[in-house]
Amino acid sequence: MNELIKLLQQNARFSNSQLAAMTGKTEKEVESEIKELENKGIIKGYSVILNEDMLDTNLVTAIIELKVTPKKNHGFDQLAHIITSYAEVDSVSLMSGSYDLSVTLRGKGVKEISMFVSQCLSTLDGVLSTTTHFVLKTYKEKGIIIDDEEKDERSMVCP
Amino acid sequence: MNYDSILSEKCKKMKPSGIRRFFDLAATMDNVISLGVGEPDFSTPWTVRKTAIETLERKRIIYTANAGLADLRKSISDYIYKKESVRYNPDDEIIVTVGGSEAIDLAIRSIVNPGDEVMIVEPCFVCYAPLVELMNGVPVPLVTKAEDKFKLKADELKKAITPKTKLLILPYPNNPTGAIMTKEDLEPIAEVLKDTNIMVLTDEIYSEMTYGRKHFSIISLPEMKERTIYVNGFSKAFAMTGWRLGYVAAPEPVAKQMLKIHQYGIMSSPTVSQYAAITALEECENDVANMVSEYNMRRRFLVDGFNRIGLDCFEPEGAFYIFPSIESTGLTSEEFCEKLLYEKNVAVVPGSAFGASGEGHIRISYAYSLKHLTTALERIEEFVKECRK
Repeated sequence: MNELIKLLQQNARFSNSQLAAMTGKTEKEVESEIKELENKGIIKGYSVILNEDMLDTNLVTAIIELKVTPKKNHGFDQLAHIITSYAEVDSVSLMSGSYDLSVTLRGKGVKEISMFVSQCLSTLDGVLSTTTHFVLKTYKEKGIIIDDEEKDERSMVCP
Repeated sequence: MNYDSILSEKCKKMKPSGIRRFFDLAATMDNVISLGVGEPDFSTPWTVRKTAIETLERKRIIYTANAGLADLRKSISDYIYKKESVRYNPDDEIIVTVGGSEAIDLAIRSIVNPGDEVMIVEPCFVCYAPLVELMNGVPVPLVTKAEDKFKLKADELKKAITPKTKLLILPYPNNPTGAIMTKEDLEPIAEVLKDTNIMVLTDEIYSEMTYGRKHFSIISLPEMKERTIYVNGFSKAFAMTGWRLGYVAAPEPVAKQMLKIHQYGIMSSPTVSQYAAITALEECENDVANMVSEYNMRRRFLVDGFNRIGLDCFEPEGAFYIFPSIESTGLTSEEFCEKLLYEKNVAVVPGSAFGASGEGHIRISYAYSLKHLTTALERIEEFVKECRK
């Protein structure tokens, strides 16, 4: 993969001059390469990875497995697009295997999520069944350790 | 017991490693970010660990031949040939040792007679001079300088040679400076040595860690194999520090002497590690390449960072250290490191721990994640700004 993308995935807040140093490019080159990645739509945005347990948001994350009937001419896309338009929905993916769409939801508590699933998702035209899984604990997200990081057991100073 | 009267005078005179004091200091503090280690942050490649597990399962846990497993010696011979185009006979020119450290010890003990002078390129790793002194040899530092990119110069070498000179210790890629010696740098050195009876101990433990160009060994130069003891190991290249495995390759008459010391002192190197090491040499080219490319990125990040802060840093092309000058802060390297530790909780190693010529520098290791390095660099930047107020 592109070296620049790899570094931005690790930390999107590296400055252009740091990125330039690490990749052996000039700052100008880095700047224009990132611009190009953004313009082409390869870089879709920049986000932040949180340890939610340390925030008082009380947000609950759930992964919903949906079995659906694909629509004529549209396949799964039409239904998937409808689902993406809800603010509560974090991500939507089409899956291989025993179900079709995987939907990640974020809501205040179990109740809000079950309401959303029963009232909004399961009633959508084409949805055959739903299975809801609540996330209990996140250990790693997007390559970043959320849980306690592995302890560096090397001695602090050695020759 | 009157211990003072029974202890060996030689041992009592031996100074403990200068790094030790810092370690003791840092260990008493909380939340210390360290840039002080000399071992990789990567884990040993999984295939290597798997071989070790299988070795245990199959109960291959008996002593090996003194010189090491025949298969491993053959792999080592092939590996050196592949890298340096020099062939060592696995039967009588290669010994598998307990880390590069034992290999260095064997080399010095097999060569040095009382009063012999041993030229040691400085700044350097801490073990050479004490081991020479244990043999009643005389260490002669060959000082290298930042303006020469810490390379050994042929005229400096020539000046240091006396009728008593026995050995030259050549540690490149260098810990702590990160300096390397290219073919062009080594040719004049070989030229000086050719007509002498001086041996070379080349410590190439960081040979896989060079950036932008391939490592070059002095053994590849004409007439040098016969006057060189070649030391290498698995610790750095394959992130296998705790496996304690290295090797030494030398002309048969020298290897024969080293083997006797190894046989009486060690018997044979750890068997599990030896089987695992075969896998490392034969299957881990990609793992090594990935580690090296990651190190390279961190190296560039730090060199750029330190130069930006205003601590001049020559561009090191090897190992995983940078060696910036801290002279502009007006502090000695010990003062700098102590203050940095107390005020910003960052542990780095004073250059003076690697010989008097390291004064005015600090050693920064980049065997850490970019995230870790970023935080440490920020703290060092704050510290330097405060120093200059």
